[in-house]
Amino acid sequence: MTVVQHSEQEWQFEEGPEPDGATAPDAMWETEPRRFEPEAKRSIGRVRRESVYALVGSAMAAITLTELITTWFAPFAGHLALILVAYVLFVVVYGLITSLTESARAVRDRLAQLLTYSATALVFFLMAWVIAFPLWNGHAALLHANFYTQDLRTTGPLDPINVGGLQYAVIGTIEQITITLAISVPLGIGCGLFLNEAPGRLANLVRTVAAAATALPSVVAGLFIYALAILQFGLPLSGFAAGLALSIMTLPIIIRASDVVFRLVPAGLKEASYALGATRWRTSMRVTLPTARSGLATAVILGAARGIGETSPVLLTAGYTKYTNYNPFSQAQTSLPLATYKLVTSGVANYVSRGYAAAGLLFVLVLILFALARVIGGRGPGQLSNGQRRRRAVASAALAARYRASEQDERAAEPDADLELEHHLELHPEQDPAAAGTQPPTAEEEWEQP
Amino acid sequence: MNASDPNVNSAESSIPYSGTVAATHVVEPVLVDVPEVPRTLRVRARGADRVFLGMLTGSGVLVLTIILIIGFFLGFRAWQALSVAGFGFFTTQQWEPGLGSGGPSSFGVAGVLTGTVLIGVCAIVLALPVAFGVALFISEYVPSWARRFCITLMDLMAAIPSVVYGLWGFLFLNTRAAEISHWLSTYLGWIPLFSVNGVNTNSPLTSIEKYTSSTFIAALVVGMMITPIVSSMMRESFSQAPLGEREGAYALGATKWGMIRTVVLPFGKGGIIGGAMLGLGRALGETIAVLMIISLVFQIQPHILQAGAGSVSVLIASHFASAEPFEISGLMAAGLALFLLTLVINLVASSIIARSRSGQESG
Repeated sequence: MTVVQHSEQEWQFEEGPEPDGATAPDAMWETEPRRFEPEAKRSIGRVRRESVYALVGSAMAAITLTELITTWFAPFAGHLALILVAYVLFVVVYGLITSLTESARAVRDRLAQLLTYSATALVFFLMAWVIAFPLWNGHAALLHANFYTQDLRTTGPLDPINVGGLQYAVIGTIEQITITLAISVPLGIGCGLFLNEAPGRLANLVRTVAAAATALPSVVAGLFIYALAILQFGLPLSGFAAGLALSIMTLPIIIRASDVVFRLVPAGLKEASYALGATRWRTSMRVTLPTARSGLATAVILGAARGIGETSPVLLTAGYTKYTNYNPFSQAQTSLPLATYKLVTSGVANYVSRGYAAAGLLFVLVLILFALARVIGGRGPGQLSNGQRRRRAVASAALAARYRASEQDERAAEPDADLELEHHLELHPEQDPAAAGTQPPTAEEEWEQP
Repeated sequence: MNASDPNVNSAESSIPYSGTVAATHVVEPVLVDVPEVPRTLRVRARGADRVFLGMLTGSGVLVLTIILIIGFFLGFRAWQALSVAGFGFFTTQQWEPGLGSGGPSSFGVAGVLTGTVLIGVCAIVLALPVAFGVALFISEYVPSWARRFCITLMDLMAAIPSVVYGLWGFLFLNTRAAEISHWLSTYLGWIPLFSVNGVNTNSPLTSIEKYTSSTFIAALVVGMMITPIVSSMMRESFSQAPLGEREGAYALGATKWGMIRTVVLPFGKGGIIGGAMLGLGRALGETIAVLMIISLVFQIQPHILQAGAGSVSVLIASHFASAEPFEISGLMAAGLALFLLTLVINLVASSIIARSRSGQESG
């Protein structure tokens, strides 16, 4: 095949001189030389001008039609319904416009794409709204320092924002989540390790029951602690009781997550450790847990984020107070979500604005935990960060240097060893340090190598 | 010899050791006269290992005990209420438990449990198409550089505390969405689900209060909360559709939607159903957002747009503080009924998801 005329095309078929025979088939069906229009470079991007026109046009049609329908045929008030109707019309009109030029199959394709994009846009938009709503309405309170250093014990309903704060709820949240994690993290990770290290009928039973416990509604967990610990055993409504209730919620989550993380630890690593004669205890401590560390940290942090946001178990078990209470064991202790709920439903304007601020603060806390989980996790077991890899290279280089030094010591101590070394170097000339004059690679060089 | 799996050991030990194998390596074979029988190998933990395994087993047993205690305690306390109410517990709508020892006592979960189910079903009906769209967008449409970001955003959305959603629903959406309710009931009121009792829809004096705090508005907020969960389950199953068959569909001239319909959706069917059921389980157990939005009524309320709705979790959260010990038992029974419902739904969901995954591995 020959392309006779060279235009501005980027591609060309002709590659060097061709044998004469190659042109013969062309000549058979092509009587006169082909003429190529100078071809413009085509864009293979997905957005075409026509589809943009169609989108804009149908948007305008939808807006005007909505106006028509809602003022003439089915009048109503309210922006949400307006947007809803406009969107439905937009989809219909876009489909009609596309069907003018495209086949039915292409129309279905366009509509599917449009619906998919708009579902995503809707979700992200709503999410931004839900997040921005408390932050925007509570920003006045959030920007006052007293919000973080005072409580509401003397704050009346009419006191302005610059009096009183939610220090007591922040303290309550921190202490309760600490109690929760102190209970559920060792127990949960131990149980996850149990499921993987001692597989058997008992482990399967525990796994099934833990999976079932994740279905326990949070309010029922709170009711259980309320009925058992508070009514039966006389524990006061306190931060500790709230911590217990939250542990019931987070424990199954941490068990499941750590079970999955431990299962991802490569079996080869563990078997290598066993082959070196390590016991199970040492293998778990030196191989399994370090390998699964980032995954475990992610699981724990996400469990903590979940626990911080839980309201209903705390509502039933912690009591409500406006006083700062550092002791989680004796008196009622409020957490941030509980304070949000109580303040927002109080109906007092100044309390409601503090409730917004509490919700905003709660979200910021969750966001920080979430970002932390992303930074630590997001990496499978055994995959190292750059820093970890560098540290490991340094450690291994130091170890190699130590071996080399002790080898030389042995050689100095036993002259016979020289013979052995010579023999060894005959077999492995590449290891001879004298022949190549090689220095042992530095840690940095070793790290650079893949 | 320590190994992770005892089975491996027994399998290796069953190969009889013979001198001829050694002969290939040793110049002068050391022949063993005594024929060796396969030894039974038993791995027994010693020393620190025994303590370690004991601790692990202990933590497993402890977790098992805690969860079983929760179950038994709930069942035991619930039994006190159920023995008084009898089967009427599931058919009675009102909630007047009394003191349990004689006296008037008539209570049941017929009203609140149907309310919970109605909220959950409405939420999943609202969330399903949106979650489906988002899952398709992330797995099929989004350019690859933005995919990671979109997934992170959805995970973050799942991590937003429910009280924040509740705040938004309570202070913002409640009155705004009531306008949609008003409009729907005005023009679609002939459908029984959308009708509202005691309202003259043509009267301009109709109070919007009749439409707030309804099942529909609670379902809107709960639907938003479960969308990221449902969506991530779907996305995972969509992304398992094999590349070869996707490209095969394109090679046959399919449009993108044609490829999705013929390749991605059949592979993701289990994920769609399982994700929807998982979301339903979460929606049924949701408390605080629903508590902030609905006004609790003790009757079967089929009019989803009308003010007043039922919910088991809201019943528990709003009645526990003033409850007599017998009413606590009644609340326990209601909570247990809710727990069993979510448990069954979750188990079905996880079995559907697991089966769809295992099918893909073999096929």
